[in-house]
Amino acid sequence: MPLLKLIGDRLLPAIEEAKNEVSLEDWRANRIAHPDATALVIPNDADIDDLRCDVSGFSAIILEFPAFKDGRAYSQARLLRERIGYTGEIRARGDVLRDQLLYMVRCGVNGFEIAGAASDGAETALQEFSFAYQASSDGATPVWKRRRNRAAAA
Amino acid sequence: MYRYDEFDATMVAERVEQFRGQVARRLSGDLTEDQFKPLRLMNGLYLQLHAYMLRVAIPYGTLSSKQMRALAEASRKYDKGYAHFTTRQNLQYNWPALVDVPDLLDDLAKVEMHAIQTSGNCIRNVTSDQYAGAAQGEVEDPRIWCEVIRQWSTFHPEFSYLPRKFKIAVTACDHDRAAVKVHDIGLRLYKNDAGETGFEVMVGGGLGRTPYIGQTIRKFLPKDHLLSYLEAILRVYNLQGRRDNMYKARIKILLNAKGADDFASLVEKEWAAMDAKDVDLPADEIARIRDYFAAPEFEPLPETSAGLDSNSTKNKAFGRWVRTNTHGHRAPGYAIVNISLKPIGGIPGDASDAQMDAVADIAEQHSFDEIRVTHEQNLVLPHVKKDDLYAVYLALEAAELATANIGLVSDIIACPGLDYCSLANTRSIPIAQRISERFADLGVQEDIGELKIKISGCINACGHHHVGHIGILGVDKKGEEFYQITLGGSGAEDASIGEIAGRGLSSGEVVDAVEKLVGYYRENRQDTERFLDTYRRLGAEKFKEALYAAA
Amino acid sequence: MKAVTGNRLSDGAVVYLTNEDQWTEKFANAARFVTEDGPDVLAAAQTRSAEIADVYLIDIDEEGALSGRAVVRETIRTLGPSVRPDLGYQAGGEL
Repeated sequence: MPLLKLIGDRLLPAIEEAKNEVSLEDWRANRIAHPDATALVIPNDADIDDLRCDVSGFSAIILEFPAFKDGRAYSQARLLRERIGYTGEIRARGDVLRDQLLYMVRCGVNGFEIAGAASDGAETALQEFSFAYQASSDGATPVWKRRRNRAAAA
Repeated sequence: MYRYDEFDATMVAERVEQFRGQVARRLSGDLTEDQFKPLRLMNGLYLQLHAYMLRVAIPYGTLSSKQMRALAEASRKYDKGYAHFTTRQNLQYNWPALVDVPDLLDDLAKVEMHAIQTSGNCIRNVTSDQYAGAAQGEVEDPRIWCEVIRQWSTFHPEFSYLPRKFKIAVTACDHDRAAVKVHDIGLRLYKNDAGETGFEVMVGGGLGRTPYIGQTIRKFLPKDHLLSYLEAILRVYNLQGRRDNMYKARIKILLNAKGADDFASLVEKEWAAMDAKDVDLPADEIARIRDYFAAPEFEPLPETSAGLDSNSTKNKAFGRWVRTNTHGHRAPGYAIVNISLKPIGGIPGDASDAQMDAVADIAEQHSFDEIRVTHEQNLVLPHVKKDDLYAVYLALEAAELATANIGLVSDIIACPGLDYCSLANTRSIPIAQRISERFADLGVQEDIGELKIKISGCINACGHHHVGHIGILGVDKKGEEFYQITLGGSGAEDASIGEIAGRGLSSGEVVDAVEKLVGYYRENRQDTERFLDTYRRLGAEKFKEALYAAA
Repeated sequence: MKAVTGNRLSDGAVVYLTNEDQWTEKFANAARFVTEDGPDVLAAAQTRSAEIADVYLIDIDEEGALSGRAVVRETIRTLGPSVRPDLGYQAGGEL
């Protein structure tokens, strides 16, 4: 299970560092029991608007994609970035496929536990589109803003 | 019409190249079918009974002549010389080879067309009123907002793996030709008492195995906030929609489980919490898009046309066609022309390459280069001078496209059914053909008046049977095709879900059954009542009795 | 009895597995398997993912004719759309 990390606009293999993981449920129930926890695992039915704990101290938050079809964590990632303001690593775990990486990155995910063969061409997958229509968590300039900038420059 | 700039063109071209790569990975064995299927579906490519099927998006049903010609050319080059127009204003090719699809898409990209998000659990092609920009009483052209939504929803990173597919329709008239109440989100643009323009937002309509009429969750949304409000609805749905059962995954199930009021408060709460400033388009971008939909330069003309009147008298068939297939236009001296793709005994929605080319030529000459596709599987020439109607009629007649039956008993919606579709239980098209042949006499059809028959070959309801005045649903009974009749449905502003009439009928009995229902209506109608009005006045029981009496 | 069918990956055409382990467009040339062998034969065919999509078993009778619940669907697959006799395998005459 190779781990990839987004560094700048590059997607690079990373050494799997030992993370001390704790589930959201355990953390909320008894955080004193997990003094060394560095990564928080948030299930994909958790309400990010109602986490009832401070997550800013974790170096990573792990979001779950149990099947490629299950897209709840895309919204969770955006909420963590845009509403909670979390700046650490957001890592995608589960059925993480090459052809989904771009959307994950756009939603603020920057760590990927990706199935073996699927990591081939993973970096290419991020470069398949030059523009994006929408503003999202990756800070990409949406097309409407590019149009406006171009018109201003003309 | 909207035209791509370099950004739009680049996005579509890059999507073709991305798909070319995905096809190559599949052909080389790098991707299994299970891995490839969601990728091809997201680009409108299905595997049907006999071959692949490619669904091409026709954004909000608007086409130029050039685009129509490109669609015809692709049908010759990559398919078998015909195509099928669908109930979502799209077009389907029934026989393209997988290896050819990237080239086909490349050809379409050159005329600003694509198959992006025509399938998959994402936001699908936005549909609209086929008379947009031509209709009387329209608040403003709804396609401006459709294009705004098209760009926002294209490759939306957060909403591409929704619990289920997601369909949005927009209308800007009181008379709803876009069936907005049976969409996941229906938007009605109107002017409120204060004179401001905004949207009534309806959510949770839909057909399928659990049909629902959409419910209003916001009476008035200032139009400039459309995208942030949509984003709030989609976020609530993405996070809370059911994913354990695909038949309960549409937003209609979520909305009805929570109740419309509670659902609305979730959306309002999300909307209030989000940072809308980068979601809602600024006024200058909306103005840029709006400019593309400026009305064509209509000539100042008198309301009536002497030539039209005299030709209608001389040529009775033309006169009938004018009555049934044309519609009032906002500009004096102009008319909206409907082109029926329902010839008597024909396949609903199919058009040959030659017919597509003919329509392109006629539109270029007589309709400011514009063509529309309707959700009832017909075509429209939106802006034809009344003085030109006779010439247009003759040209359509020469292309076998002048059947005078719009809105009548033979103007039937039918899904492809078991003749093509791998999900179908029964055939739909042959039933439509036989009903149409039974009522072949156009004079009789005109006397019967508006009657919407809609046929689906399985419970997925692509043929909209739930909202047919007479709906027909095909069901498989131990390997035999049976058909269930529903009565009293409507997909228009008076939307309602049809009621099941009783036991299923064999394929031999269906046409007789329709004839009995129509007969009962003709005997009992009052004044100018339509079939649906008589049904609603007399009630289901009377019609059921007529249907099953002495069968 | 059973036969194995699927759609050819490259163009989606309906094909059947033959006794020679090839794919044929002619239903008449489809290999017949006793029902008990069906699952094994199907499993073997499913491994040929680079040449075929959507492989499954269909019911046939002792004479090799289509039978069972899906007979209307499978008949349409062997022929082509019933509403377009000019298209599909039926258009070529020999099946």
